[in-house]
This record gives sequence, C-alpha cells and structure tokens, in this order.
Amino acid sequence: MSEGIVYWLQQALNALQLGSIYALIALGYTMVYGILTMINFAHGDVFMIGAFFCFLAAVYLGLPFVPTLLLTMLGAALVGVMIERLAYKPLRHAPRVSAIITALGIGIFLENFTLALAPYPKNIPPLLENVTWDLGGVSLSSLQVIIIFLSLGLMFVLDYVVHRTPVGIAMRAISWDKTFVPLMGVPLDLIISVTFAIGAGLAGAAGTMYGLAYPVIDPYMGIMVGWKAFISAVVGGIGNIRGAMIGAFILGGVEIMVTAFFPSTYRDFVAFTLLLLLIVVRPYGILGQPRTQKV
Amino acid sequence: MSNGTGGLEDLQLEVRDLEVHYDGIRALHGVSFTVLKGEIVTLIGANGAGKTSILRAISGLTPYNGAVVFEGQDLKRVPAHRIVGLGVAHVPEGRGIFGNLTVLENLRLATWQRTDKGEIAADYDRVFTIFPRLSERQRQPGGTLSGGEQQMLAVGRALMSRGRLLLLDEPSMGLSPRLVQDIFRIIEDINRSGTTILLVEQNANMALRIASRAYVLETGGIILSGAGRELLGDPRVKEAYLGA
Repeated sequence: MSEGIVYWLQQALNALQLGSIYALIALGYTMVYGILTMINFAHGDVFMIGAFFCFLAAVYLGLPFVPTLLLTMLGAALVGVMIERLAYKPLRHAPRVSAIITALGIGIFLENFTLALAPYPKNIPPLLENVTWDLGGVSLSSLQVIIIFLSLGLMFVLDYVVHRTPVGIAMRAISWDKTFVPLMGVPLDLIISVTFAIGAGLAGAAGTMYGLAYPVIDPYMGIMVGWKAFISAVVGGIGNIRGAMIGAFILGGVEIMVTAFFPSTYRDFVAFTLLLLLIVVRPYGILGQPRTQKV
Repeated sequence: MSNGTGGLEDLQLEVRDLEVHYDGIRALHGVSFTVLKGEIVTLIGANGAGKTSILRAISGLTPYNGAVVFEGQDLKRVPAHRIVGLGVAHVPEGRGIFGNLTVLENLRLATWQRTDKGEIAADYDRVFTIFPRLSERQRQPGGTLSGGEQQMLAVGRALMSRGRLLLLDEPSMGLSPRLVQDIFRIIEDINRSGTTILLVEQNANMALRIASRAYVLETGGIILSGAGRELLGDPRVKEAYLGA
C-alpha cells in the first residue's frame, strides 16, 4: 500500500476507537434528553465513576476483563438510577433550570467525592493481553478491535431494545409525550429509571474501555470527555439515538484529523467550534427534527 | 338498554363528591354520579364545564378530593398505570396518539399489563376487523394518520387494554359529520359486546341519542340528569346544548 493510504487508514482506525467511546457516552445524554428533555450534565462524571469501578474491580477484586466490565456497567447503572431518584425525580415538575443546576451540582459532587477517596491518579492494570498486528503498514491492536466491536455490539443491542422491545416502545412513547403514557398501563417512573440505568451502564462500559486504552484515571477525567460526548449528541440531533452514534464518529474523526495536521492543542478548540457552528446552521442536529409545538 | 334502576351488583362506577382543583382554581365542586354495568352514560356540557377533569380523575391522571369506586374498589390510592389493569380504559381528549410510534406499536403499548398472549392476538384481529383502515396502516407512524384514523387508533388502543369500562373524551372532536356517525355507531357496537361506556361530549345531540342515561354539567357541577332520550326533549337542554 502507498504511504498515503496507510496513513489515512491508521487515522480512520484511531477515529473509530475514539468515536466508539464518545458514542457510548453520547447515548446516555441523548436518551435522557429524549424522555425528560433535560441535559444530564452529571453524565460525564458517571463515565468517570465507571472508570473507577473498573479500577476497583480489577485491582481490589482482581477480576479479569469480562466480569470487570459487567460489574462496572452494573455499578454505573445503579449510580445513574440513584442520581435520578434522589436528585432529578423530586424536581420533575420544577422549572427546567432547577434540574440543570442540580445536574451540574451532582457532577461536582461526584468529582469531589471521588477526589476525597482517590486523591492521586490511579493506574488501571492491563486486563487484556494486547497484541498488535501489522496489516500492510497499518498497525492494529487487539485492544482497538475489542473497543470498536464491543462498542458497536452494545450500540446494536441498544438499537434493538429501543426499536423492538416493549420497554423501547414505552421509552419512545414517553419521548413523544408522557402525559398519557400511564393510560397505556405503563409505569412512567420505572421506564425513566430503566433509561437512566441503560445510559449510565453504557457510560460505565465506556469508562472501562477508556481506562484500558488510556490507563491513568483521575476524578476530573469525565469533564472534557463528557463535554465531547455531549457535543456528539447535539451534532447528531439530541434525543435521537442513531444521531448520537453518527455525531460521535464525526467528532472522533474531526479530532483525529485535527491532531494529524495541527498541534494537538487545537483539538478541543476545533471540537467546540464545530458545536457552535452547528448551533448556528442546524440547531436540531444531523438526524434531529425541528419539533413544532403539538396542539 | 338499562333503565338505570339496577341493584348494587350492577354498579360499575361510583363517583362521589368529586372535587378537582387546578392551581387553586376549582374545576369541579362536588360531582356525584353512577354508571351501571352495560350502560352508555354521557356527560354533556359546554367547554370548561369540567367534563375532562372528571375522566382524568377517574383514571388517576389528576389528584382529587372525594371518592371514585370502580367495581367496589376505591381508586384513590391506585396509581394511574394500575387503573388500566383493573379494567378502566381511557381515550383521552385530543386522542393522545404517540405520533412517533407506528399504528402497531401504539396498539402494542396498550397491552403492557396483559400476559394472555393468545387473547392479545385475538384482540388485534378484533381491532382490525372494526377498523380496517388501521389494518392497512399498521406500519405507518401514528403522526401521519388523519384525524379520523387517529380517533380509530385511540379507540383501538383502549380495546387492546381490555377495559370493562371505556372512558371516551370527545370522540367526535374535529371529525367530519360522516365520520362522527361512524364513530358513534362503533361506540354502540362496542357497548353491545359488553363494554360499559362513559362518554364525554360537546356534540350533545349525538351523545344523547345513544346514551342510556345522561348528566348535564355546568361550571363544575351537575345541574340535570335523566335518560338520554328524555334529556333530548328537555327544553333547557335544547336551548343550551342543541341549538334549538
């Protein structure tokens, strides 16, 4: 292969890896927005909590990869449900700004709670033997393959759940209008909790994979990654699940390309510029629909 | 048609001293009425008389004072999503179709509480027999249906939840006179197959024609009641609601 093609393939692979992690987190933002029209600004910190659960499971329990991943997803899901029950549910009928301020507060709480328990950055041990293959000049690591396929697998499962199962139908009904959902016999609170559990569980999976790819974790790691996932969700059309995945891969691609051609310090500047431009040009995102008020 | 003097065992719904407040404003002040098994009872009254509030209170969507007793069970402390499972189906004002779900998904959602798979399949057939139009549009999003088709879907959904009491809020709203005729004929059919009906209507003429009994609501209270045909001839009703 020519050097140019090799270079681009390598970058595409890196973009796919980064995009996968953004996508898993972006799904949580978009699902919660879809059913409650609320941005869960604590979601990036749930991702961070996930990385710390991974650390605990791997180091203190000495678990191998698969049980670590499952335990991390479960732990993050529980944290997500607790946040909703304790912090957001009492404010469901309060002005929207109250919920947003609460979400920011929960995020700061999670960061500082973790900081109190873990004042120094932690190292996640290599849970998987990392083999690197050379495919005609393109280097592909087994870790990359696992991150990409596991993420795509989880997204596929989620897409199936949302579009084919009764719980998914109920979630979409709530996203349309929750007023009459109880008339169908559907317990609103349960479906909202399930949504938070799924979103947080996916963020937990992202935390595990991020921790394996970039093993040094700290209590503030969720802030910037969370913002990037949020941008992904907005780019794809907030509230739209497939949009969040597309937005995440676009953002992953843009970031990798920026660092390929410019100093890497330009990366976040370009990411946020993308968000601002999009808000001007297409505020409802790539797959989002401009929602007119229903009568 | 029931004559409204059945015994206690015929009592399906009893509403006693119902009061509903919205933001401190009283929408209903002490409404009491009964619905017997197999009846079509209609609540008529002008816009804002409190008709919708009554239905919302019965199915648990609105907090209230007073009592709502369905088949002997007090519904006050029962959460809204459980009331459906007890046998009360509610076709809400504005139909409440989920526009992003297909016709089939809208119907499927209404079977949430049910576990009787075989019976559910039979109920799909029943709904599609009553409303062939819905059968043709099974995979179409609810939001793309016409007003009449949405009304059919709303009624179909209520049938899928297998209510023994069907609450209908303004089924004629926004429909052409011909479709109104169709919908009312279907309501009568559903009633004949054993479902009790509590119908809220502004179209008093049509509602009184099919009703066993009727209550007239004005500014949050019942001012008149009687057999449907009887009220159709009542001069006060004629003047206020039938435009005669």
